Amino acid sequence: MKAFAYERARDADEAVRAAAAGATFLGGGTNLVDLMKLGVVEPERLVDVTRLPGAVEDLPDGGLRVGASVRNNDLAAHPLVRERYPVLSQALLAGASGQLRNLATTGGNLLQRTRCLYFMDPTKPCNKRRPGSGCPAREGEHSQLAILGWSEQCVATHPSDLAVALAALDATVVTSARRLPIVELHRLPGDEPERDTVLEPGELITAVELPPLAGRSAYRKVRDRASFAFALVSVAAVLRVEDGRVADIRLALGGVAHKPWRATRAEEALRGAAATAESFAAAADDELEQARSLRDNGYKTTIARNTIRRVLEELL
Amino acid sequence: MTAVADRSVGRAVDRIEGPEKVSGRAKYAYEYQADRVAYVAGVSATVAKGRVRSVDEASVLALPGVLGVLWHANAPRLHEVEDGELALFQSPRVAYRNQWVAAVIAESYAAAQEAERVLRIEYDVEEHDSLLVQGHPQLYTPEKVNPSFPSDTSDGDFDGAFAAAEVQLDHTYRTPAEHNNAMEPHATLAVWDADGGLTVYDSNQGVQPVQRALASAFGLEPGRVRVISPHVGGGFGSKGTPRPNAILAAMAAKAADRPAKVAVTRQQMFSVTGYRTPTIQRVRLGAGRDGRLTAIAHDVQEQTSTVKEFAEQTAVVTRMLYAAPNRRTSHRLAALDVPTPSWMRAPGECPGMFALESAMDELARELELDPVELRIRNEPELDPETGNPFSTRNLVACLEEGARRFGWRAEPRRDGRFLVGTGVAASTYPARRRPAQALARAEEDGRFVVRLMAADIGTGARTALTQIAADALEVALERVRVELGDSSFPSAPLAGGSMGLSSWGAAVVQACRGLRTKLGNGLPQEFHADTEDDVAGMQREPLARHGFGAQFVEVRVDVDTGEVRVPRALGIFACGRIVNAKTARSQFVGGMTMGISMALLEESKLDARFGDYLNHDLASYHVAVNADIPSIEVDWLDEVDEYVNPMGAKGIGEIGIVGTAAAVANAVHDATGVRVRDLPITPAKLVEQL
Repeated sequence: MKAFAYERARDADEAVRAAAAGATFLGGGTNLVDLMKLGVVEPERLVDVTRLPGAVEDLPDGGLRVGASVRNNDLAAHPLVRERYPVLSQALLAGASGQLRNLATTGGNLLQRTRCLYFMDPTKPCNKRRPGSGCPAREGEHSQLAILGWSEQCVATHPSDLAVALAALDATVVTSARRLPIVELHRLPGDEPERDTVLEPGELITAVELPPLAGRSAYRKVRDRASFAFALVSVAAVLRVEDGRVADIRLALGGVAHKPWRATRAEEALRGAAATAESFAAAADDELEQARSLRDNGYKTTIARNTIRRVLEELL
Repeated sequence: MTAVADRSVGRAVDRIEGPEKVSGRAKYAYEYQADRVAYVAGVSATVAKGRVRSVDEASVLALPGVLGVLWHANAPRLHEVEDGELALFQSPRVAYRNQWVAAVIAESYAAAQEAERVLRIEYDVEEHDSLLVQGHPQLYTPEKVNPSFPSDTSDGDFDGAFAAAEVQLDHTYRTPAEHNNAMEPHATLAVWDADGGLTVYDSNQGVQPVQRALASAFGLEPGRVRVISPHVGGGFGSKGTPRPNAILAAMAAKAADRPAKVAVTRQQMFSVTGYRTPTIQRVRLGAGRDGRLTAIAHDVQEQTSTVKEFAEQTAVVTRMLYAAPNRRTSHRLAALDVPTPSWMRAPGECPGMFALESAMDELARELELDPVELRIRNEPELDPETGNPFSTRNLVACLEEGARRFGWRAEPRRDGRFLVGTGVAASTYPARRRPAQALARAEEDGRFVVRLMAADIGTGARTALTQIAADALEVALERVRVELGDSSFPSAPLAGGSMGLSSWGAAVVQACRGLRTKLGNGLPQEFHADTEDDVAGMQREPLARHGFGAQFVEVRVDVDTGEVRVPRALGIFACGRIVNAKTARSQFVGGMTMGISMALLEESKLDARFGDYLNHDLASYHVAVNADIPSIEVDWLDEVDEYVNPMGAKGIGEIGIVGTAAAVANAVHDATGVRVRDLPITPAKLVEQL
């Protein structure tokens, strides 16, 4: 791989200063280092942000604040996470392998890149990697790519499980410059597929905050291989039922779009509706009416529809 | 022939080199050291067909640590190269995308990798065709199929019998390209000595083919090339032939005048080290209402490259398995702009039996006959192809014992949101043997050393040979040391075709028995054995020699997602005497695991526009992981085959993968009513039909 300079930041300010001088943030490196080896990205300079202070803190309102450097396995195993946010723990444990989760950080997980096979191969065109070079996936191998929100320029999916759970939890992302809802962090590809998120250059994720959760939650990841595989489709759901009616519902899909897909149409349809298999199925249909499948990924629509219904039924 | 005394043989002996391996002391090819070693990286073509016009050597020679660039304009001319994949940089021609068209030599691995990444190569690009399609216009009939079977056979009158059959079945089955992906990627360290001899440390399934290829390429007597390979981290066939890494290491070491190391990267293993061809297989079965087959045809289309011909023997198994009097088989190849396919665990039998054993299941459904019973009704008395008796054939016993142990046959059922079903398939693999030599030596300290060119690619061959030697010598296991993986030892064939242990073990028995006759005359003593005459005699005996097995699989299919999981699988095998109960079990379980992986996951995805396999790493080419394999049970029948070798043992390295994918597909059909005829069986192929 291309030679690069490495430094380690002691605090966020130091990291941001390094980034302003052109450094790329390095978390656990489980994705970035792979991409460097492949020549997909070629940073001149890395600033290691894994030693930044940060832990899992109990917030006064019953929520949690998670430092960006908290490792995925530590977060998944944290007693307060397991107790209050089963969907989050389940999503983390559904990701990667034990070894990778020991390294991968909260912030880094959110900023991982798509695993689209064309993006990963620098000998091929890819609008995300080399803007304007074209998207071979549109007519090529796209069986695992997007059915929602894609553009002519890019049909990639975001691979994170964590981000999908956070989307369903209405988490807030805290950066060196601002606070923003997790659902606004990632973007749809549009005409700028090279931009995965709304973060400005040098903007550092420092924490993620979870509001208190009332209701039951679950994460279901559908995949060909039983472990160590990205989602074909995943569903994160939070459901609170009162008197047989849906009092609160939050639903996010993974593996279907360039960002964690918050299923707002389904949520709207369900809020206040009878909590029944029929209404769940109808809401899933509402959401997936927007799906536009490619030649070889229409099956994802079926899986997404069925899995939304199934997860919600199992939360009853 | 008589069987050896049954003392060590049959026991579950731990791998002798196990402690060395788990403590990291066992050295693999790339771990050997040499002074002033140079690091070499192969550079892959980025076009699928054409000619290398220029290589901008200057673009990398200025980088720190870069020693040189090799390509066709400056590479040493090779003498004789039989295998076109080894003719590195001998012509400007690019035959497939990712073929090595240049190499960089550097002071460090990192410098070599960086130079490989930035080296600028210009091409004259030609139109390419990399996609195998049914009825491809370039299809032709190869002269023979691997290793030396006729391409086509015809017995009786297939057309007439099929047309007259009470029940006719005609389906096409497909298997995708699959890549071997052993744990240890191919690697070589090459060292030239002052007087022009060559020593290589190489990862392979047989030192002799590597020795011969290097000697011939560099114009040396074979004795001037020494290949050392005591430990090899798997091969699955991809290391059965010499690979470009061996040639490149020797060429670079010569060019740089210092030792040189080459490690094939995981990504490069998807282009330069072989793979299983995709297959398109039409199977026709004609049968009576009683289930007796009257006609079988198995017609196969598959691919090879323009570099050399490899013709997978996919339909050959259909020539011997069932007793239909009218049979026809054929193989057609298209030579495409793709890497050359090669051996991958049970080439031929593995994809062929997916088709044949799926078709048998479909026939059983059609006839409303139990699929175990259908197979029993078609059990031949003699080998249908040659008319010879079988040395031993216990397929029916495997099916019956397996059925009993598995609880065959439970009705398919629904369990909540899961559909549960079961499937069965037969397994078979030839029991071949090749001539081999071995040296047995009695040392003065009362210990024994046995040497031969055999390979232990992680199978446990070293341990099994030690057991065989100990019994032939009638001494305790601890007094025997078997040394292998070195071309300075007596000649022996590669580990492939499930004939390694059979061939080597026979030579070891002969050497040890010969040595025993010399004991008592003072020490040390040695005896050199050669089984050539013995094997020639064996081949004159009119016998058909094959191992057999039966596999039973249960699947659970999620009705909402189409995910298929395999909670349990059982394999019962009849493969002669089992030499080491522990390592044999691992071979069977490993084969079945790979078969489940083939059934549900493995698929190298070609983008015909670019001409390469896109999912060229283990993150995107999925092989089964532990979570996919909750329980595989294997056992074997108490069989001894006196007509294969003096151990009474048949090879077991490949039979475990034969039939597994069909058993899974049959179970999926049982559970869901959906018949998937093109592997792998993915959620995408199922979910919309559930």
